[in-house]
Formats: sequence, C-alpha cells, structure tokens
Amino acid sequence: MDGIITGISGPTVTVAISGVKLCDMVLVGRAGLIGEVVRLEEEKAIVQVYENTLGLGIGEPVAGTGRQLTVSLGPGLVSNMYDGLQRPLERVRAAVGSFVQPCRDIPPLDTGAEWNFEPDRKVGDEVGAGDVIGRIREGAFVHPVTAPCAGRLEQMQSGACTLAEPVARYTDGSGVFAQQEWPVRRPRPFRRKLPSVLPLVTGQRVIDFLFPLVRGGTAIFPGGFGTGKTILEQTIAKFADADLVVYVGCGERGNEMAELLEEFRSLRDQRSGASLLSRTIVVVNTSNMPVAAREASIYTAVTMAEYYRDLGLHVLLLADSISRWGEALREISSSLEEMPGEEGYPTYLSSRLAAFFERAGAVETLSGVIGSLTMILSVSPPGGDFSEPVTQSCLRTTGVFLMLDTTLAHSRHYPAINWSQSYSLYAAGVTGHFTAHVSPAWGEMQQRCRELLLREATLREVAEIVGAEGLQDADRLLMITTERIRSEFLRQNAYSDDAFCSPEKTAALMGAILGSHDRGEAGLKLGLSLDEALGGGRVAS
Amino acid sequence: MRLCEHRYRTISSVGGPLMFVEGVFSVRMGEMVRIIYPDGTAVAGEVLKISGRTVLIQVFGETAGIDLGAEVIFSDTVRRAPLARSMVGRVFNGSFEPIDGLPPFIPEQWGEVSGLPINPTARACPEEFIETGFTAIDTLNTLVKGQKLPIFSCAGLPSREVAAGILRNARLAGGGEFVVVFVALGLTHHDYSFYMDALREMGTGFVAFVNRADEPVVERLLAPRFGLTCAEYLAFGCAMDVLVVVTDITNYCDALREISTAREELPGRRGYPGYMYSDLASLYERAGRIQGTAGSVTMLPVVTMPEDDITHPIPDLTGYITEGQIVLSRELYQRGVFPPVDVLPSLSRLMQHGIGAGHTREDHRRVADALYRHYAKGRYARGLEAVVGREGMVEADRVMLDFADAFEVEVIGQGADRRAIGASLDAGTDLLRRFSLEVT
Repeated sequence: MDGIITGISGPTVTVAISGVKLCDMVLVGRAGLIGEVVRLEEEKAIVQVYENTLGLGIGEPVAGTGRQLTVSLGPGLVSNMYDGLQRPLERVRAAVGSFVQPCRDIPPLDTGAEWNFEPDRKVGDEVGAGDVIGRIREGAFVHPVTAPCAGRLEQMQSGACTLAEPVARYTDGSGVFAQQEWPVRRPRPFRRKLPSVLPLVTGQRVIDFLFPLVRGGTAIFPGGFGTGKTILEQTIAKFADADLVVYVGCGERGNEMAELLEEFRSLRDQRSGASLLSRTIVVVNTSNMPVAAREASIYTAVTMAEYYRDLGLHVLLLADSISRWGEALREISSSLEEMPGEEGYPTYLSSRLAAFFERAGAVETLSGVIGSLTMILSVSPPGGDFSEPVTQSCLRTTGVFLMLDTTLAHSRHYPAINWSQSYSLYAAGVTGHFTAHVSPAWGEMQQRCRELLLREATLREVAEIVGAEGLQDADRLLMITTERIRSEFLRQNAYSDDAFCSPEKTAALMGAILGSHDRGEAGLKLGLSLDEALGGGRVAS
Repeated sequence: MRLCEHRYRTISSVGGPLMFVEGVFSVRMGEMVRIIYPDGTAVAGEVLKISGRTVLIQVFGETAGIDLGAEVIFSDTVRRAPLARSMVGRVFNGSFEPIDGLPPFIPEQWGEVSGLPINPTARACPEEFIETGFTAIDTLNTLVKGQKLPIFSCAGLPSREVAAGILRNARLAGGGEFVVVFVALGLTHHDYSFYMDALREMGTGFVAFVNRADEPVVERLLAPRFGLTCAEYLAFGCAMDVLVVVTDITNYCDALREISTAREELPGRRGYPGYMYSDLASLYERAGRIQGTAGSVTMLPVVTMPEDDITHPIPDLTGYITEGQIVLSRELYQRGVFPPVDVLPSLSRLMQHGIGAGHTREDHRRVADALYRHYAKGRYARGLEAVVGREGMVEADRVMLDFADAFEVEVIGQGADRRAIGASLDAGTDLLRRFSLEVT
C-alpha cells in the first residue's frame, strides 16, 4: 500500500501505487498531506490532496491508510471550531500559531479531557454489536457508548475516563471506546424516515409566517452579494428552535467567522440560558483554505449533525454557502480533466446535491428515539442570476425557497426575502400546527396577508402611471396597510431586540395590522374620508 | 536537498509564457527555475505542473528570443519573498526587484509568497474605525481596520482620485497613521505617476510594487502576492497598521485569464477560469487582524467594472469575497459630485462593529439608517417622476425628490475637502433637520 508520486497538477497528484481502494484516504509526500483516492487505474491512483501541494516533489512517498475519510464522533465536539477535515482549529492554533499550516497528530476530539462514564452493564455481561453499555454526559447532551461487536465484557470502567483509554474491554483484550469513527460520505443509518410535520421556529417573521420550515426539512436562500445571506444564516443560528446547530462556513470570509465566534461566545441561548456556543459546532473552510477540503467540509459537518440526530436531538445544519461547495466540486472536476456539464460544473453536480439534501429528515433512530436534521443553505448565484446550475439543482430538491432580493437589500429592507417569488412546500402542514397551537386565525391571516401583498403589486403598477393621488381611497388604504406589513412585519432588524420574534408575537402583530385595515375599510364603507377612516390618531404616512 | 545544480537543455515546446521541459528528475511543485537565453539573458520561472518526467514551467519575463536549446536551471526551492523593515520607502517591480535606483535591501527573514491562511480562531474581529475623510464612506459605509473594501469603478470615473484621497486623508481612530503598500497592476504611466505623486505627498511610509501596462503579464499575478507578503510582515511582524491599495484588479483577472487560456484550461464565465473565486480569495482574505498582535492589514482594491456591469465576473466574485464595496456612479460624476459614490449599492459589512459610542458617535447608526431610508425613497420617487412628471406626484414624494438631490450635492459631494467624522454626521443630521425628517 505504499507508492511514489509520479505527477502533480494543482491539488491532483498521480501516484504509482497498488492495493488502495477508491475513496481511501492516503498520506501524500514526506509532509504526509491528507488525500483521497478519486480514480484508480492500472498500478496508478489519482489522488485529490486536501492541502496545498506547493513544494511537493516527484518521487516522494505516498502511504495508504486503509480507511476512508472519516470523522471522530463522541463527547467534546460541541463548542469547537473545525476545518473541513475536522481538525480542531483552536488546538491547531495552540500548536502551530496564528496561520494554518499542515500539521499531523492533533485528534479532533481532545483525548486528554476527562469525562464521567456511567456504565449500564457490568463485568461478565454478554453484549451484542450496537448494544449500549453506558453513557457520558456532555452538558445537555448524553452520549451513549455502544459495543462495536458481540462478546463478553471482562473489564468495565466507571467514573472518570478519557477518550484515549477504553471504557471497557472484551475477554479477547480489545477495547470499547467512547468515541467512534465514521466515513463522512456514508449517511449514518436509522430505522426509518418520518414525515416532517413539526415547524422549526426560526424567529424570523417572514419565514415563520409566510414560508415556514419544518424539522427535518430543507431550505435554500439564494441571493447576490450584499443581500444579507450571512446575517440571515447567523441570525437563524442564534435563535432557531433547535437543540444543536452545526454551522458551516464553506468558502466564505475569515473575518465573518471571527465575528461569529465572538458573538456566540457572549450571547446566551434564550431557551437554556447557556452560552450559544455550547449548542453550536462550527465547521469552517474559509475561501483561501484548500479547495478540496472545502468540498469535504459539508460532509464532515453533516456527519457530525447526523451523530447528534442519532442521540434523539433536533439538529439544524446551516451552510454558507453551498455555491462555494459547487465551485470546489467544479475546480476538482476540472483538475481531473472530466467532461464538463453546464457552465463547467460536472454533470454529477445535481445528483450529489440531491444526495446531500436527502441526509436531512426526521427519523426514528436505531435506538428508537425521534431525531431530526434540518438544513438551511445559502446559495450565492454569480451575478445574482438564479438560472445558474447550483441554484437550479437546489430548487429541484429543496422544500423552502427564500429568494433574496437585491432591490430590497439596497433599500435596507432586511431580511431581503422577496415575498412574491419565495415558496414553502411545508406551508400547508405547518399552518395547521400554528392554527392549533398559536392562533386560531393563523391560516386565515396568512392568506389575507398574501392577498394584500399580491394586490399591492398590481396597484403599484397602476400608481406608477396615474400617481398615488389618482388611486381610490380603498386602494390607498391597501397601500398604507401593505406599507405597514413591509416595514413593521416583514422587516426585522437583526441587531435589535426584534431579532427574534416568537410565533405568538408574530400572530399578534399581524392581527393588529389586519385589524386596523379592517377598521379602515369599515370606515370607508360608512362614507368617511381615508384620514377619518384610519381613526384620527394615525396619520397616513 | 540536491547535492548539485540540475541543468537541462530539453525544452520541448514554448508558447507565450509557458514552456515544457522533458526528462526532468525529482522536481517539485512551485520550484523556482532560471532560464538562460541564447544571448545570455536570464529570466525566472516556476514549475506549474509535473507529469512524470515532463514539467510545465511558467516564465516570468519576456519569452521572445528563447529557443529550444536554452538552458533551464532548477533551484530546488520554492519562491520566497525577502522581508525587512528597510523595504519601507522603496519601489519594486512585479518580481520584487528594486526599480528606484537604490541597491537591494538586506532581508531579515523570508516569507511564503502565496501566504498561509489565517486561522479563523486567531482572527480578531475588525472593529476599529478608520476615518477616510469622505462622508459617503465614513458615515454610510464605514471602513474598519482589517477590512477589505473594494472600490467599484467604471472606465472614465475618478477611482484614482478617490483612492488617492483615501491615502491622503485616512486616519486611525487614535490618530495613528498607516504604512501603505501600493500594488500597481498593468497601470499606464500616466496613472502610475499620479499615484506615485500622491504617495510621495502623503509623508507616511509606503512600499510600492509596480507592474506597468507594457511589463510582463505574468508578473501581475506575482506583484499582489509580494505586496501582501510584505504587508503581513510589516503588520504582524513589525506591529504596523498597513493599508494595501491594489489597482486594478481587472488587470489582474485578465492576466489570470490569459495564463489560464495559455494552459488550455476549461474556461468558465466570460472565459475566466473556474478557480478565479479561490484565486481572488487567496489575495483578499489576507487582510485582517490577529489576536494578541498589534498590526493590521486593511485592503482597498480598485476594480474597474467592464461595461459598467456589476454582475461581470470580476466585480461579482470580488463582492462575494470582500466585506462590502464602494460603488462609483457615472451619473453623479457627470453632475459634478465628488466623490461620486452611489451609496445604495455600496455597503460595508463590518460597519456595525466600528460605529456608535466609543467608536464614532452614539447616533451614528440612526443617522445612517435615516439617510439611507429617505434617499432610497427619493431615488424611487425619481423613477415615478420620469413616468408621471413632478406635477402628478403627491407632496410627500416631491419632498423626497428634493431631499435626494440635496443629499447628493451636500452630503455625498464634498469636493476636495476632508471631513472629520463629526462634521460628516453633522452634514447628515443638518440635512434631515432641514427637511423635517426624523432620525429614528
């Protein structure tokens, strides 16, 4: 399983090697750069290297590892910031300084940290593969420790333990560890998928009210630059009603990630009161970090998210932005000299994306509890043009489409979600839930709000021709109401107390606006002028 | 480590800035080579791709006059930049050779030219206000230390006057000054002299990397990397606040496209290579601050938008990486407004952290929001005016029209004056008060 380098082109390395399998992880060169076998030919493997290949030489050794690209799963993942290959960036920084350099031997999970192991089984017990033999508590999360294979337990720890040492041993001397490895490209198994019916409250009125999301659903929001994708992602990460948030900064800005870390450290989770970071895992591959690792980053993240889903939790995966992943895929594909599809993207772009989206869902886990994994991904279409391949591929599979509008963003209307183009396939199911649990008028108000906004769009065109003066009073009333809907309801300042809005408050606010519209309409029917109808106190703006 | 120098006379083909050399042993990616032409001139080159014994080399310099018998000497090292404090005050070409007539400086250390990514956990959040003296930037699109904020310009617009204005007037909140790293890419002699005059006038230190329009295109890919390596050294090694001005990114991207086409790579949008986003990011992302280190790298790239089109790949990808943009407007320029900044599409993503009490003034956010909101209404009203005429509009809309006009002339427009932040905000509040618009 050892070979030598015979060719290098960017991150793609040709190796004379035999005995490796497709998708195996290999260590390339004397520096031991991490790579993945992407193509096998006779006596030759094409390896995609996840790190900078500058200085790598012909004839340097390549070693097979016999396993695929995996992530470590277990207690201690939360609050960490990882790169696309699950290297713990805090500890990398402590080891090699402020600039990221290739470094080996820093395990993703801190193997020195001490945990408290609570055994369920005792010495002498026969256990089957997958049986839970004990548990470790990590803050609000309980990690079960499962037996990797069948056998009789000969040794059993209790109390303080680390991840480096086995918590139990079989009679044959092999150990049971509290951490496990899982290949990132293979979805973690579950018993069955469940229909998604429960809403995921984001605290953003325009989303929760008009385009709701469900636990286990998927949403995308495409938008040109400066339309507030990142702020929206981060606001949702802060306030969404989820047990755990995995945030992926995929090919985005480093300063943004620094900002996010600082903010999440200081902000409190409004449900538990603990620091927001204690329910967050951050995976970051900034735009100047190696492209191949960017491609891997979303898989690293989703595998960790699935692990927490399997603990019976509601997990939210946020990725900013999936377009950068698509571009990484394109760069890799082009360095492999594959036949390009649309706009140079490989033809497998949409099937890979669809397979990735399918890892979301509400499931009954192998241990019989219910967990869910929801995905919200931002898309950065070049030139703000939604006809490009990544947006179109996402649209085929996603449940919620939130279109970010440049015009709204320019007039500082945030979140700049266009209400006439966006949609949610979950709206019907979730409206029932909100009607039953929040406000009986929810569904009706939603319908009226949509209609008002729709009629406003037509009226606006008329007003542009005849002038606002030329409109009838009833139409002017409608314009006033929709103006309120825009500025008081759809708009939400991410930097104020209004950043989170509960469904109850959302319903009350919409109720108030529609109520005042009704009073106005009633007044007009009685023959009052518009100003009188609006009730004296409120002057038309 | 090789024990002797590897020399080859096995060039199999040359075209443009690229050449293939056959039968090469133990070569490495990015290895530096020297090529000796038949007439004795030597140029530098770099290994781009290795396939067995065949090596693709990119030549930094003129390839005219080369023949297949030229000698290629492999150095066994990758390119590194010499660094020292004594770089300040010097002018170099795109290959980091002095062109100011002075002897080379003595390096204190050597740095990686392509740079290493800053560990995101080590980054310090940019939050220190930089006063540029322009109201359109300071009040509405505030620049902070460690930010990368490009100027999006169009052909014929005074982007260099705006950039030079910032160089001349920029002050740190504490009153400190910047060291400027100036990278000129494909500049005409006319533009170049303009900038050099501005730099010399400035009085603070500067380092210039100059690649003029008639100099080798390949060096355009190198010069900004040298500039940034130098900036990182001055910032994080010598604790200075560095302002990097790169002009013009459009020439950089065109050079990238030229090389990519020569390599017969698959073209992406408008012929630019598919990796242009990552490539641009490897420049822009080098701006920033690091925790526990005093210095900072702030970047002001200038992008000339081809056909005034903001969706063109160059401004588009730039906008996706940088933390906002300052967009210049032809319309404002024609009306004589300087700086002609169109604030609606302009944006500073990091503004939030650099304004308010303790940074600028307590009411900064409210003033900026109010100005934006009313100006946006005014601009919308202009659209209406074009259709129904001023007479057909309601009084409220007519007020917004006048507001927008006054805003452009009095708040955005300031001619050659430098406004301190207090004066900039006052200009905004005065205007709002005059139109009886509230600041909420």
